[in-house]
This record gives sequence, C-alpha cells and structure tokens, in this order.
Amino acid sequence: MYCYDEYDQKIVDERVAQYRDQVRRRLGNELTETEFLPLRLQNGLYMQVHAYMLRIAVPYGMISSRQMRMFAHIARKYDRSYGHFTTRQNIQFNWIKLEDTPDILTDLASVQMHAIQTSGNCIRNITSDEYAGVAQDEVVDPRPFAEILRQWSTFHPEFAYLPRKFKIAISGGKEDRAAILAHDIGLSVTKNAQGEVGFRVLVGGGLGRTPIVGNEICEFVPWQHILTYVESILRIYNQFGRRDNKFKARIKILVKALGIDEFRRLVEADWADIKDGPGTLTAEEVARMASFFTDPNYEILPDHDSKLNEFKVDNRNFSNWMLRNVKPHRVPGYAIVVLSVKKPGNAPGDVTDVQMDAIADLADRYSFGEMRITHKQNVVFADVKQSDLVELWQEVNKLELASPNIGLLTDMISCPGAEFCTLANARSIPLAKLIAERFESLDFQHDIGEITLNISGCMNACGQNHIGNIGVTGVEKKNHEEWYQIAIGGAEGNDCSIGKILGPSFTFFQVPQAIERILQVYLRERIDEGERFIDTVRRIGHQPFKEHVYSMDYEDEPGQSSDGERSVTPAEYVVPFYSPRF
Amino acid sequence: MIIKNKTLVEDSWQVLRLSDQETAEKVTVHDGKVIVPLKVWLAQRDKLQQRGELGVWFASDERPEDLKGDVQKFQVIAVDFPKFSDGRGYSIAYNLRARLGYVGELRAIGDVLRDQLFYMQRVGFDAFAPRADRDIHDALKGFEDFSEVYQTSFDQKQPLFRRTQRQSKSSSV
Repeated sequence: MYCYDEYDQKIVDERVAQYRDQVRRRLGNELTETEFLPLRLQNGLYMQVHAYMLRIAVPYGMISSRQMRMFAHIARKYDRSYGHFTTRQNIQFNWIKLEDTPDILTDLASVQMHAIQTSGNCIRNITSDEYAGVAQDEVVDPRPFAEILRQWSTFHPEFAYLPRKFKIAISGGKEDRAAILAHDIGLSVTKNAQGEVGFRVLVGGGLGRTPIVGNEICEFVPWQHILTYVESILRIYNQFGRRDNKFKARIKILVKALGIDEFRRLVEADWADIKDGPGTLTAEEVARMASFFTDPNYEILPDHDSKLNEFKVDNRNFSNWMLRNVKPHRVPGYAIVVLSVKKPGNAPGDVTDVQMDAIADLADRYSFGEMRITHKQNVVFADVKQSDLVELWQEVNKLELASPNIGLLTDMISCPGAEFCTLANARSIPLAKLIAERFESLDFQHDIGEITLNISGCMNACGQNHIGNIGVTGVEKKNHEEWYQIAIGGAEGNDCSIGKILGPSFTFFQVPQAIERILQVYLRERIDEGERFIDTVRRIGHQPFKEHVYSMDYEDEPGQSSDGERSVTPAEYVVPFYSPRF
Repeated sequence: MIIKNKTLVEDSWQVLRLSDQETAEKVTVHDGKVIVPLKVWLAQRDKLQQRGELGVWFASDERPEDLKGDVQKFQVIAVDFPKFSDGRGYSIAYNLRARLGYVGELRAIGDVLRDQLFYMQRVGFDAFAPRADRDIHDALKGFEDFSEVYQTSFDQKQPLFRRTQRQSKSSSV
C-alpha cells in the first residue's frame, strides 16, 4: 500500500498544527462556532447527539496492521473502546471530546493517517473496490489512481467551499464494486481497444433526498488527462451549483437541471484550456504510484488445498463460511477473506478495541499486514493462503467475526441512526438488530440467498437505502413512535438501480414483519433457487409484493424468529436510551 | 489597512456598494479611487472608462467573462465573499488570472477571515481586506499554514509530482 514520503508527512503534520491552533482559538472564543464549524467538519469532526464524532479517513479503504492498532489505541484512550466502520470505507468514533482531537490527529499522523476532508462541503475520501488488485475480473488496478486523486484533492484551494459535499469513487473491475453510479463522480478505469488505459467518467449520481443514477459524461478519458478533466467538472460545479438550498446543492441537481449534454459542453469548454497543461499526469508519476501497489511475495502454490475439502465436509460452519465469506483470488493458492462485522445482535460495522488489535495481529500472520475496510462495513483480508483458511477461520470465529453471512440478509448496511446522529429521524442500529434476530436462522438466509438490505435513519441515505434490494428509511418520529418507509428493487453494481417505495410506512416493530412478507412473496414467485431476489423483483414488478405486504394487519409486538423456536424479546428495543430526543 | 503581498499596507480605495434605493444605471460614482460593482461598470462603461483610476468588484454569482477584454483597464479587481463558506469567489479569481490574464491587484473583500487566506492566495488573490472586526495582524498568520502543496493552481504552476523527484516504494524501504 501507499507509504508517505517527506512531502506527505509534512503536509499532514502541518495540518495537525493548523487544526490544533484552530481548536485553541475556538476554545478561547477567538473563533465563533459558525466560523469553526466548516473548519472542524473538514477535519471530520461532527457534533452529534451526545458528543463529538470524529471520522478518520481510510483512503480507498486500505489500512495496515499498524494503523488498525492505532484505531484500537484511539478507541481505548479517547472513546468508549469501540469504533464504527462506515459505508465510505472510513472509521468513526462516537464519543470524542473536542479538547482531545488535536492529540488524536497527532497520534494518527504518526501512522500516516488523518481526518482531512472526511466531512464538509469539499472533496471527500476517495472510495474504491475492496477487492482491488486481487479480483479475478480486474482490468486495471484502480489504487494508484485513487492515491493520485487523493493527493490532488487534498487541500485543493479552489474546491474547499463547494456548494455541497463531493464524493468520488473509482473501480477497475468488470463488475463495479464501488457503487460508482451512485457518486458525484464515478470513475471506471479500463482499457480501450488499443489497450490504452483510461477512464469512463460518470457524473451526477447520488443518493440522499434525490437519488439519481450517474450519467456518462465521457466514455474514455485517457489516463494522462484524468486530473484536468475532474478539475473542470469541479470548476463548473463550484460556479454553477445551487447554493440557495442545501437540499438542491449536489452536482446531480445541476446536471439534471442543465441536462448532461449542456453540462458536458461547459466542462469541455473549461477543459480545453487546461488539457495538456501542467496538471497532465506523467508516466513517471503513475509508475511511482503503481510501485506501491505491486504484488506481495506470493508463494507458488497449487490452486486447491486438499485438506480444505476434508475439513469442509466435516464442519458445516466452516463450509458455510467458505461459501459466503471466502472469495476467489486471481493468484492460485490464495483467497480473499471477508471478516463479517455483522454478527446478528451486534451493531453493523462496530468493532471493539480488542477486536481491532486482534484483527491487526491476524493480518500480520495471514495477509501481509494489510486489510481493506469495505463499503458494506466489513473487513477484507485480501491475500490469504488457502492452506491457512482453516486456521484463520478458527481465529476469526473466536473474535465473533466469522458469521457466514456475507451477501446474505443479515449482512446489512446500517447508518448510526438517531441514537448518535442529529440528522436522523429514527434509530437504525436497533432496527438492524431486530431484523437480524428475526432472520438469524442460517438455513433460512441461505435459502433466500444473495440479497442486500440497507437501513438509513433519514433521507440523507448514509446507509445507502436507495441501492439496497430492500431499503429501509426512517421518515418520521412522533409520540415515541418511529416510522420507516420500505423500498424494494434497488441495487448497486453494473445494474445499479434506485429502489421504489412500496407504500405507507411502518412502525419500528412492523418493519421485520413487512420484510418477512416481502421474502414470502419472493419464495413463492421465484423460478428456482438460482433466481436472486432482485431478479424476481425486476421480473414481476412491485405489485405482488405490495399486495401481500399490505394485505393483513400487523402485530404491534415482534413475532417469532424465523426458526420459530424463540420469540424475540422486545424489551431492549422499546425504550430508546436517548429518550430526550423523543 | 489591508494585506497586500503578505504585508500590511495603507489603503485608499473605497468600495461602492449599492443601497436598495440605488440602481447601477443612476448611481453617482464619486471622484477618487473607487471600486465599483461589476453591474455599475457594465451600465456606465462609457463614462467610467474616462477615469484614470478605477476598480471593479464581482459578486459571487457574477461571471468573469462579463469583463471580456476590459480586465486590464482596472488597477484593482475585487471579489466579494458574502459568506466565507461561499466558495464561488475562488473560481472567479482563478478564471480572472488564468483565463483572462489579469495581472493587477486582485483583492478579496467581504467575509474574509484568516482560515481561508491560504487557499485564497493560491487561486490568485494578492490583496485581502479582512473583516473589520478581526485582528489584521493575526490574519497574516493564515498564509503560513502550509509550506508544501500537491496540486497546481494559480500560485504554483507545477504539481508536486512535476517539481520534485518523489520516492517510489523501492527507494523508500
């Protein structure tokens, strides 16, 4: 992975000093809160319900064991011994004191990390494919370009006060695993017929209040020109994006208002002046960046380890884990392993300091000391020897990170929700737990097969509800009751689509029942087990789901878990501990 | 006092801001060194271009192209920041410098604060009128936040990767 040189280190160190002084001036009232707000946001510091939340950048999700141990240290020393992986591959800590933040940034800088531009109306952390460099379908490794874009966007003087936040995602596989169609700019690095590297550029995608799938602005921008092309898009957006209404300020609204053709005309007129200028990338710089993302010292190994098969037959848990959490690797004898941070009953994406330290140790032992945080809030070990899989499974099992549910119903995405976030209308994490308990039965989940269930506490859609096959959104709270909308038919990837709302909203306890009814329709209607939930929805449309979901009354209390053996205890869900907000 | 080229200098320019009752066509531009709104310049161009000394200022929603070939007629061009968080002025400045080739004084006016000065100087501002209720000496420290930058802008014509021999992985281990 990328290593800082003296320039990177100096810029990050100077940022810490600048921010430390800004905090000092705020605490001494030399800066008003209004003036301090965008400064702290551009350092990832939000004021939440109970405390400050600090979001730390994990550039394109790549993290070393040393950095992971620093997260454990921060969790212990400055927080309540846990952190939360986010859908943009970052980590956030929820119980931070303002006075501590300069020291936290100093600690982070010592391991080449920072919180720069993880919030605020600026270019955010660049996200990418969690299987970059190891996926079998990869055309071009996106990481060198992700790092080039990270450096270009870091403290870009012209684009620090944009109309609204700006998110860029880049992928390099045949299958998009970075949701590039749902970003302000989506980049697909690819090769043309001549074998030259370049980018398909999408613009104006996004979730939030107005979910839109991105438009193609250019089919192929040669790699040399990607920085200047992106610069022109940003310059047009900075000048013409709406600033009168924050809900209409994202680039998608501008692209929609102008039309993609007019937007493209403006961008290309701007670009004509800077194309081939000094911002043009050089082969040396791309080669330098690529040098950080070369293969680790892979051993030459047979592609199938015979011991694995024996173990698989003997141990059903292991074979389920192999089926769901282990992905094919482009190098024979190796595998990609997904650690599930989705144990039913736990908050999706939450990890303790003890788990973080242990994950770091395992990464050193089994995956060259590197990991990736995924946009589904899990952790990937990208380079595990197949012959180590049994041992690794036993270790992650002890850490409760081996739930064999990757890609299944309980591998939910969830935002932090109303217990933490001031924007949220409703809780997300307890709802995720309630759903997970109801559908905990693995047999049931395996029968349902591949499905995505995404939960957001409000229409800002941090939980990516619009691109979940089932998307749940907190819409309202009144009289101690939270209300949620349910949409179906959303998807990420090459066939990205925005889900459609089924109908009237549901209470907290009705949501799992409604999901169960949705799944009943799927099980009834699917052609066979090979037809995924999303395919059935696309084939038969919303109507059969709608009819069934609204055909009967709902119980006020939760019902049985899916295995029918145990009723879910409602008590822990009923009284929100943050009741002052209700 | 304003900041010019990172030092404090006396300033004798007056910034004309129209009241609700005044219009660009009818407002009287007094003698002396006045920085007029762009729309006053556009409305009274024939009369104003007789003057020896004149400045013009842009509101954040105005376009540099509207000055067309006139940019070199002004001793000062100012860009107004109605709120420091309104970043359009950065692109106006960049376009005035890089596209229209303006070489005279480019001044940031309005909600101009210490913590934005580093970015402002990068896109081409060389003069700053910090908000009157703030310590102008303190504002000077804003230029020193960073000693190195990655990307090109008006101040730095070459990105870091073209200016220096940076380490690749083999040389850094």
